[in-house]
Amino acid sequence: MVPIPYYLALSAVLFGLGVAGFVFKRNVLTVFMAIELMLNAVNLAFVAFSRALGQPEGQVFVFFVIVVAAAEAAVGLGIVIVIARNRQSLNVERINLLKL
Amino acid sequence: MTAELLVFLALAGLALAGAVSLILQRHPIHSALSLIVVMAALAGLYLLLEAEFVAAIQIIVYAGAIMVLFVFVIMLLNAGAEEHTDFSRMARYAGVPLTGVLLLVLTFHVARASAAMTAAPPVEGMTRRVALLLFRDFAFPFELTSILILVALLGAMVLAKRDS
Repeated sequence: MVPIPYYLALSAVLFGLGVAGFVFKRNVLTVFMAIELMLNAVNLAFVAFSRALGQPEGQVFVFFVIVVAAAEAAVGLGIVIVIARNRQSLNVERINLLKL
Repeated sequence: MTAELLVFLALAGLALAGAVSLILQRHPIHSALSLIVVMAALAGLYLLLEAEFVAAIQIIVYAGAIMVLFVFVIMLLNAGAEEHTDFSRMARYAGVPLTGVLLLVLTFHVARASAAMTAAPPVEGMTRRVALLLFRDFAFPFELTSILILVALLGAMVLAKRDS
């Protein structure tokens, strides 16, 4: 039996790597992938807690997280396509329309 | 060292290698393939945690549908390698150390707070209990998700439509 804290530590490290990718990557698509990585890390923590407590609720939450991630990916990639069409660039530093 | 721990270590190593590769790769398609490796490894970990339903939707929805969407958009936009911009001074001196601190603090506290946590005895028919919960107690949120997906679908179509 693998101890539950191992899973939670792995989840925390994956989340931290997702944050690092979100902050350091320049390509807007890769930034999106870093967000997906963070969502996956949280899902792992949910399932680990579900296993630790013997309760199915955690897995139901994972289901909802995946649904929201799917919706987010669809809308987000639509926005990326529009930005790429208007700016001819995927570099997040060039996407500064909202910047003062 | 039990066989289960060995499987865990192999899958965890695979997931970590994929996540690091996602950050280090310059080309978005390589990052996407790294993310698919992470998701496949996580599906294996879900199986170890006896969450078969989650493992299945992880492969079908995440690695299947969402990542195919990503790869499709990368190819559609013909995204090339990332432009190499110099780290700003703030990113180098504040961003890198702060990310490292976040990683360490998060891992340390999560591991410490859960040190005494042990797995509950295995439950028979966990997927059945998940289904009962999802379609009975969470029936209303479940139906709401279908509306969410519908709205996201329409939003994506409106966004990607060319102005005529």
